[in-house]
Amino acid sequence: MTAPAIPTRTPAAQLPPGTGRAAWLFLAPALSLIFIFFFLPVLASLLLSLTDFDIYAIADPSATRFVGLRNYGRLLQTPEFWQALRNTLYFALAGGPLTIALSLGAALLLNAKLTRFKTVFRTIYFIPFVTTLVAVSIVWRYLYHTRYGLLNYGLGYLGVEPIDWLGDPRWAMPAIILLAVWKNFGYNMLIFIAGLQSIPSELYDAAEIDGAGPVRRFFNVTLPLLGPTMLFVGVVTMIGYFQLFAEPYVMTMGGPLRATTSVVLLMYEEGFRWWRMGYAAAIAFVLFLVILIATLIQFRLQRERA
Amino acid sequence: MASVTLEGVRKIYHEGGEHVAVAGVDLEVADGEFVVLVGPSGCGKSTTLRMIAGLESISAGTVKIDGRVVNHVPPKLRDIAMVFQSYALYPHMTVRENLGFALKLRNMPRAEIDERVSAAAATLGLENYLDRRPRQLSGGQRQRVALGRAIVRQPKVFLFDEPLSNLDAQMRVSMRREIARLHQELAVTMIYVTHDQVEAMTLGDRIVVMEKGHVMQIDTPLNLYERPKNRFVAGFIGNPAMNFATGTVVGGDEPRFIAEGGGWQTALPRRLASRLGPASGGTVIMGVRPEDVSVVPDARNGATIEARLDLAESLGNEVFVYARADEQDIVARVSPQPMPPLGSPITLAIDMERAHFFDPTSGERITSGASHPE
Repeated sequence: MTAPAIPTRTPAAQLPPGTGRAAWLFLAPALSLIFIFFFLPVLASLLLSLTDFDIYAIADPSATRFVGLRNYGRLLQTPEFWQALRNTLYFALAGGPLTIALSLGAALLLNAKLTRFKTVFRTIYFIPFVTTLVAVSIVWRYLYHTRYGLLNYGLGYLGVEPIDWLGDPRWAMPAIILLAVWKNFGYNMLIFIAGLQSIPSELYDAAEIDGAGPVRRFFNVTLPLLGPTMLFVGVVTMIGYFQLFAEPYVMTMGGPLRATTSVVLLMYEEGFRWWRMGYAAAIAFVLFLVILIATLIQFRLQRERA
Repeated sequence: MASVTLEGVRKIYHEGGEHVAVAGVDLEVADGEFVVLVGPSGCGKSTTLRMIAGLESISAGTVKIDGRVVNHVPPKLRDIAMVFQSYALYPHMTVRENLGFALKLRNMPRAEIDERVSAAAATLGLENYLDRRPRQLSGGQRQRVALGRAIVRQPKVFLFDEPLSNLDAQMRVSMRREIARLHQELAVTMIYVTHDQVEAMTLGDRIVVMEKGHVMQIDTPLNLYERPKNRFVAGFIGNPAMNFATGTVVGGDEPRFIAEGGGWQTALPRRLASRLGPASGGTVIMGVRPEDVSVVPDARNGATIEARLDLAESLGNEVFVYARADEQDIVARVSPQPMPPLGSPITLAIDMERAHFFDPTSGERITSGASHPE
């Protein structure tokens, strides 16, 4: 295999006159869409987070006052915010690895030579991901029901006392994690299957001849070669999980005792229940920073391993 | 070092109907011998090799390494090493780690691993690349690492699965020399799969020609070339391929071979005609290698063929002449000489003492001219 020739860049001086302007014209439609629908709103909400924009300001925008970083200062002193951040981290750090482990396991099973009905299973596992979350949440509320739920019914056979899944502050978050893992693993599984199929089979042959058993082959061939896939799945899953909202909104409304209030749910409450828009925008930006840092950490970890 | 013995080895796949990939191979590879399996793609040569390696289950028959039946022995316990077409290097490991991986898995002491890795690297000229990763190496260097990975194991048998197919022509020639040198130095049993007959002819002590899961012939390179057992081997070995013409043999005082359709004919030596006796009057296939066809200045009585020049490819040291006699395409391989314009008539002479004759139904060789000692 020869490396493809790297195309040398033509120096700008050699381009015919007017090329630059033509390039900008071609880019203009896409750039203006991105500018109007992405950069402008982000900029607006950044400005919003520096004001005390609230329900009165909707009626009379001139009532808005510039408050500098006061929203951020107040936010960092609010116990509710720290609890929401803890809840979100709990959800992301427990649910994320669980989702990835389950999807990798399912992908390995579905990629195995001996597995039959692969397409059927692939479809079944993928269905939760494309089902409406609200519908799913309502069904899962029945499953979690303390007296009539299937889960407690099953656990009862094992001698476990009924658990108040969504009403007990200790169990509410695990219940939501379970739902999220079940709902999301199918998507990651598909990506993992694609990643597994791109690993050349000769590498497994070579490892087998070198004397590596199935476990060694998994850790010395499969996992290292899945590195880029793992990074993608990890980052995308984490970003999604940090934005936890719909599950607690539908299932618990953030309760009991705010045990399932996530950062985004808190932002929603502040912004759309109490109409403290400036404050809510500040929450959004703090969450953005948290996600940015977590993503950078993942990239760094991946680079160290490779 | 070890001998490898295959007895009636078959491979049948059952996915969507029965498919016979290898229809029964009997082969004795002596200790230290270099045997090449060659054939067109899909002939079962790679599957055979993979069965020897233990990467593919054996449907029937036995594989023995050093006299021990290994049918159900996992690859790592067969004491073999294998080099793959795609090199199959671990991309996340350095050259050093790639070379030492198998030894590490065998819990060999660190010092001994280092020693063996350095020795292999020295043999292959890889000392300066030990800390690089495979993607920082050229194709030739990668294949050298793959060879090194096999060497450090000090296995009884080396298996090669088209190891040079991914390299460019120049690198292929130099790696071919390298492999030949390794075989000389290590004097270890090697089994080598390729579809390239030049590799087969230059490397093999013996060559196994396969086609559609069957062994066509097992012989030394020279014997394959001089005395092909059947039409397939005759046509597969040699480049440009052997010319074949269907026709009838007429005996009598002036025996002749008359091409199908009667468009051309050529005289047969009497001795050859008598050996073709039983086939006389019947149909045979005549095979002549391009180097046994020459372009002659003028017709000789009965011994030459009138043809039309289609194309002359000059390679500098020789010329491939493509001509057409009636319905028959004939290739001649001649020394450089002035050629008439394309499309003009030329006269060809066939050295009948070097011709082969094959049975048109079975494809088996009936006899050959006097220049091929029986």
